Amino acid sequence: MATAAPEKPSPLAREARPGPDGRFGIFGGRYVPETLIVALNELSAAYEEAKNDPAFQAELEAQLKDYVGRPSPLYHADRLSEHYRRPDGSRPEVYLKREDLNHTGAHKINNSLGQALLCKRMGKKRIIAETGAGQHGVATATVCAKAGLECIVYMGEKDMERQALNVFRMRLLGAEVRPVTSGTRTLKDATSEAIRDWVTNVETTHYILGSVAGPHPFPMMVRDFHACIGKETRRQAQEKWGGLPDIMVACVGGGSNAMGLFHEFVEDESVRLIGVEAGGEGINTPKHAATLTLGRPGVLHGSYSLLIQDEEGQVVDPHSISAGLDYPGVGPEHSYLKDIGRAEYYAVTDDEALAAFQLVSKLEGIIPALETSHALAYLDKLCPTVPDGTRIVLNCSGRGDKDVTNAANYLPHLAGGQQL
Amino acid sequence: MVLALSAQAAAAPCCSSRSSAARGSKAAVAIQSLRSQQQQPSRRGLNASRRAAAVRVAAMAASTAQTRSVSGTMAELKAQGKVAFIPFLVACDPDAGTTVKALQKLNELGADVIELGVPYSDPLADGPTIQAAATRALQQGATLDKVLGVVREASATIKAPIVMFTYYNPIMARGLDKFCQQAKEAGASGLLVPDIPLEETAVIREAASKQGLELVLLTTPTTPQERMHRIALSSQGFVYLVSVTGVTGARTSMESRVEGLISQLQEVAEGKAVCVGFGVSGPEQAKQIREWGADGVICGSALVRALGESGSPEEGLQRMGELAASIRAAI
Repeated sequence: MATAAPEKPSPLAREARPGPDGRFGIFGGRYVPETLIVALNELSAAYEEAKNDPAFQAELEAQLKDYVGRPSPLYHADRLSEHYRRPDGSRPEVYLKREDLNHTGAHKINNSLGQALLCKRMGKKRIIAETGAGQHGVATATVCAKAGLECIVYMGEKDMERQALNVFRMRLLGAEVRPVTSGTRTLKDATSEAIRDWVTNVETTHYILGSVAGPHPFPMMVRDFHACIGKETRRQAQEKWGGLPDIMVACVGGGSNAMGLFHEFVEDESVRLIGVEAGGEGINTPKHAATLTLGRPGVLHGSYSLLIQDEEGQVVDPHSISAGLDYPGVGPEHSYLKDIGRAEYYAVTDDEALAAFQLVSKLEGIIPALETSHALAYLDKLCPTVPDGTRIVLNCSGRGDKDVTNAANYLPHLAGGQQL
Repeated sequence: MVLALSAQAAAAPCCSSRSSAARGSKAAVAIQSLRSQQQQPSRRGLNASRRAAAVRVAAMAASTAQTRSVSGTMAELKAQGKVAFIPFLVACDPDAGTTVKALQKLNELGADVIELGVPYSDPLADGPTIQAAATRALQQGATLDKVLGVVREASATIKAPIVMFTYYNPIMARGLDKFCQQAKEAGASGLLVPDIPLEETAVIREAASKQGLELVLLTTPTTPQERMHRIALSSQGFVYLVSVTGVTGARTSMESRVEGLISQLQEVAEGKAVCVGFGVSGPEQAKQIREWGADGVICGSALVRALGESGSPEEGLQRMGELAASIRAAI
């Protein structure tokens, strides 16, 4: 009489990330005002249709190649690897996935491009976005310029100061940058303001959310648009050494570049997945943005995930030297991967990130974004612990040109006309 | 979900809330005794099911200053052919004492139900006025316990049932059951959570119903008819019709499509009261909403601004009172 129960997908399987309810385990979901539900349903349907439409996929692929410049190289960072050589002669082999070489200088354009194409299918002409470091804002302004769409970017006033170059770029690209003056005047409040705009203009507007955060289907859809990072890495690893990477490392603010790299390898359990978040002035101080390390589950910006909050459930102001990581929440899939023990997450401080920013500039001739510098900084802790020849793929998620003015405030000996 | 919530409840620090729980239980005893005095006549009123009886019950409830249900209040008003006036304030803006006075004043001026906002750091559904009020309140040191204190003090002295308006995260941080229990003990009658759609309401509804708290749901101009029907069926107390696609905030005129939305919602509300809010700034719009056939008018930002952005608490109370009186008079 016993009938076989329908087989439950493995917690690592794609069908479980997210499940049919838009959740990654207990995380994710849709915690938004009622006004947005119809728009989210429409978006889910449109995305599902586009995903399965070969014409859409072909157009996306063609533009990723010709406009974005994909595939991005997988670069063997020999001098950086050598830096980690140990007294016994052993060393790891560090490879950088060069998302910094994409058009606009970061991974962000993969998602903005995908969503802009989707938006065209949905017939919406007005685009809004939030931005922290300005990379997502620039990427969105770029694809809107290309597609002839109206573009409004919400950006915290504090971030507009520390990422002034990107503000100029967005305006040059024809976008309107709206300063957000509420709360911390950073990414959290910019996101809230973008959601408020969407609630108000939902009938005419598409919201190009820039991270794997927000209500379903955003965490899944944004991840999928970035999944090319991991897919290319698999192919490139196969070509270069005929196998899988041993360890993947990426920085995590909301977590889009990390999910883009990890997604392809979640089911390959031999591959260690490591996310590095912003420890700010230290995780034993109140000034950090180490959501996965110190957060508790809660709801922010439409999804249930780990969150930096106080005992009252009020969201606590985060801190990071990097505007892109200065966010109190994190994408729900990261909370899930942490919860089931599939990925590891660590925090590095502002100072450690600044040191890596300089080290990689000097050793490899690559000026990384301050966000990426967090992932690079973790190599200091990781490399001494891994066996000889361990292949580490680190997502070089963005370039650091945008950060030089801000970094100069911390590195005064490099600024100015005189050699000190 | 269950896993997360219980884990969170276990992790939630209890030291800060212990004293309030003790106070809460005292209040619960007081409410319980009030309720037993009240129950006899109210049951009789129901059995009689006549308009006159409803009026008698209403009068009785008024005299005993008892925690009343939102749905009961709305039913009485409907029976009397009256349109409900539902003001909204942000608790502890400018301070707890002033909020209590303001709630009492609104009650005197004829508020039928009062929505009380719990200040939150990230109020996604609110426009600049209520955001600013919440920020001021938090800067003044507002906590959930202080808000519950306001509810406790006010509910003991006013007739209008209080609906607590709060974002979901503060509820989760306290623990769903504990939050509902403490809200009920403080004398709240209902709960409104603006950042969860119908699909996410099951768990909070269960916690609320255990305490007899009514969970008010919202429909919006983008809600399709079939979904509107499901929301109306699930909503308790009344159905909240959001008049705009947008966040809270006073607007100078009502979109004409609201008239259609009211009748559309009433068609599927199966007799539940339909109250209109978001964007109501003064008596003209309130009158318009009444003429369009709504069962209630909700006014928030304009009152919040009058109370919180005046030179002093006294002046704020004065200005808020004038505005509330003018809206009451218009409906």
